Amino acid sequence: MSADFSWIKPAPHGIYVEPADCWVDPSQAVDNALVTHGHADHARGGHGATIATPETLAIMKLRYRTGAEDENGEIPTKATPVAYGETIRLKGGVDATYIPAGHVLGSAQILLEHAGEKIIVTGDYKRRHDPTCPPFKVTKCDVLITEATFGLPVFTHPPISGEIAKITERLAAYPDACVLVGAYALGKAQRVIAELRAAGHMDPIYLHGAMEKMCRLYQEHGVDLGELRLVSDHSKDDMRGAVVVAPPSAMNDRWSRRLPDPITAMASGWMRVRQRARQRNVELPLIISDHADWTELTQTIRDVDPQESWITHGREEALLRWCQLNQRRARALAMVGREEEDE
Amino acid sequence: MNEFAALIDALVYTRSRNEKLRLIAEYLRNTSDPDRGWALAALTDGLDFPAVKSSTIRNAMKERVDPVLWTLSRDFVGDTAETASLLWPEPIADQPEAPGVSEAVSLLSAMTRANVLTELPALLDRLDSSGRYALLKLATGAMRIGISARLGKTAFAQAFGVSVDDVEEYWHALKPPYSGLFEWAADGGEPPDTENIPLFRPFMLAHPLEDTIVSMDEYAAEWKWDGIRVQLVHVAGQTRLYSRSGDDISATFPELLSALEIPAVLDGELLVRGTAQGGEEGGAASFNALQQRLGRKTVSKKMLAEAPAFVRLYDAINIEGDDLRALPWENRRARLEEFVPRLPESHFDISQIVEAEDFAQLAKIREGTRDDAIEGLMLKKRDAPYIAGRKTGLWYKWKRDPLLIDCVMMYAQRGSGKRSSFYSDYTFGCWNGDPDQGAELLPVGKAYSGFTDAELKKLDKFVRQNTLNRFGPVREVEKSMVLEIAFDSVHSSKRHKSGLAMRFPRIHRIRWDKPAHEADRIDNLKALMRD
Repeated sequence: MSADFSWIKPAPHGIYVEPADCWVDPSQAVDNALVTHGHADHARGGHGATIATPETLAIMKLRYRTGAEDENGEIPTKATPVAYGETIRLKGGVDATYIPAGHVLGSAQILLEHAGEKIIVTGDYKRRHDPTCPPFKVTKCDVLITEATFGLPVFTHPPISGEIAKITERLAAYPDACVLVGAYALGKAQRVIAELRAAGHMDPIYLHGAMEKMCRLYQEHGVDLGELRLVSDHSKDDMRGAVVVAPPSAMNDRWSRRLPDPITAMASGWMRVRQRARQRNVELPLIISDHADWTELTQTIRDVDPQESWITHGREEALLRWCQLNQRRARALAMVGREEEDE
Repeated sequence: MNEFAALIDALVYTRSRNEKLRLIAEYLRNTSDPDRGWALAALTDGLDFPAVKSSTIRNAMKERVDPVLWTLSRDFVGDTAETASLLWPEPIADQPEAPGVSEAVSLLSAMTRANVLTELPALLDRLDSSGRYALLKLATGAMRIGISARLGKTAFAQAFGVSVDDVEEYWHALKPPYSGLFEWAADGGEPPDTENIPLFRPFMLAHPLEDTIVSMDEYAAEWKWDGIRVQLVHVAGQTRLYSRSGDDISATFPELLSALEIPAVLDGELLVRGTAQGGEEGGAASFNALQQRLGRKTVSKKMLAEAPAFVRLYDAINIEGDDLRALPWENRRARLEEFVPRLPESHFDISQIVEAEDFAQLAKIREGTRDDAIEGLMLKKRDAPYIAGRKTGLWYKWKRDPLLIDCVMMYAQRGSGKRSSFYSDYTFGCWNGDPDQGAELLPVGKAYSGFTDAELKKLDKFVRQNTLNRFGPVREVEKSMVLEIAFDSVHSSKRHKSGLAMRFPRIHRIRWDKPAHEADRIDNLKALMRD
């Protein structure tokens, strides 16, 4: 075996692990997939077999029926759970270990070992505390394949407590209105709710229908979200002074007309840049991200201290430059479908 | 500075005009003098600090942040001040407390080119990220946060319950921090004296005619000359020349100052003498010739001799102390016609009325005009008083139809402000021969307007999916997108490789259907030149 990590092949549609004939986070249906977490740009349906953490598989079952029985009582898409810290032996002498990534419920880095070489695919990750998932664990490896969604030095996410306080302060100032928080249905929404609870906000929180099932899944996995209500079950007046959580797509939609004078907030790392917030008609930008900011990205490369860093989906150029300035070997991988500036 | 920074942030995220007015008015009521006056000046683009420019910020940043990382960040954020405010390294040592607006303004005013690279950083160190953003916006002029000078004045009027027309009237008599204005409006003092100073009076402006048809009984037509709109004021022995935005440009055109010796406020078009164009009147040169004289602080004798300026008068606001603004246009016009013979012919004439029996005949006259000193027609309601700003139905501009040419997109750059992140600035070119015989595209211009938001999204997508090369923030694209470009005129230019420069190019249509090799050639564009 060669020592240049040639057994792993980055391709536009995913990372191919040749000896095991499987893909990490493929964006097309494949026979064998290793999936880091449940977001749509990493997890998709239709793979012959999927290996992921039990939480990620639960999310994929909800979204794509992965591992579920079809009408004939058969399971067309096989699901193999691997708990955090567990190693699974793949064919061709490849070991895969799932390590917490701190991104969303079930999110994992995947450590791949073959012929004495260690490669980690981080998937998406962050280094901050998140009440809904275990924290990122630094693990030594030879090659670190890291995300770079917020790979620009302008992105430093402030402490979340201050952002959560913006919601409660605004509610206190406008008691007859509601704060409509745009947040992704998987991860961000539950984290915002859990952080509101941690900050002592115990009032019922109202949900857009698209959020309901995922919130229930989180609760079934032991994440305390307090009392949740559906917007569709309540009148305008019930929601005065309340927090409403909806997917970003619903915010400027007719749906929001049923809300009492909504103040539109958006929970996203992009809110750091004023013009991005303006482009999305956001009145209350909340800089809350489930991705590593610039400091966390560079700190992670330092902490893991790999021989090489491969940088993917995001602003690769700047992180590549940082590696160059800090005399670290690095290369950029071009991945399809992840150029969108969404979280 | 903290309260001002909070105001700026709130304004950035507020879309409703009424809410913006409320926020500014509240700030003006709750802030003391002279902070609020300086803040008002910042909101209405009334501040200028010669030593602090966008390039100063860039230079200060490049001493602190790797230049490549700076460029990538600036390109992404789309705003120099904001990028710097986000990237500024937090100081390690304890800092003096954040300055107030007045202190910040006096520190900025005291900065010179020699010390700005040490003084500006020291000031930035005292502020947090929002404070730095507000300070840099204030320091470099253009706030670009969706607040017009008019909105600022309206908010002032609302804050203190005075009329916005009065505010406009007194505004130009005062300088930041507008203490006389606050004394009058906030403290019930005497209104500022506007009698004996050569004061700028806000211009009456026109709406585009578009599909409106007017009756020639109600409206008079005159040419819209292609120079710059000016106001010439003589009072108490002093003469001033003001541009459309109210900037004092007296020093640029000294020959006009001595030409007006009778007290008056006159509205007209500044042109330079030339032989090439001028229609029946004769004597005006194209805008290109005038451009050589704009923006100069001093003028050489040679320039004065070669391109002397004159004013073609449209209107009279005041003659010998008589304020004419309340009179109908017809009466003001009569007074102007009476008055013009008293002015030196060398420096003044009157813009002729275009006689037309009806609208259809006027349309014909407009179509037949191909004179480069004429931009189109103006339509003025005969009984309309002279009212500052753009009041619907009183004045219309009816520009000549633009020239059109098919070009090919060559390069794209991200926009600023609300278009940050979108590739919205396009450089386009024409063929220097037969493209099927190996001709090349040469850049002929740049445009960043004329398309809808939906079209912008499509163009942005095209750029991202068809990038050939990246040169810093510039992307070179596949030469396959044909853009129909509208422009007002084209002139020779040494600054461009093609030897041509277009005036006011904008995207007229996106020709998704047209193959690139069918786009126009440089020669087609040259044929439209009228230098």
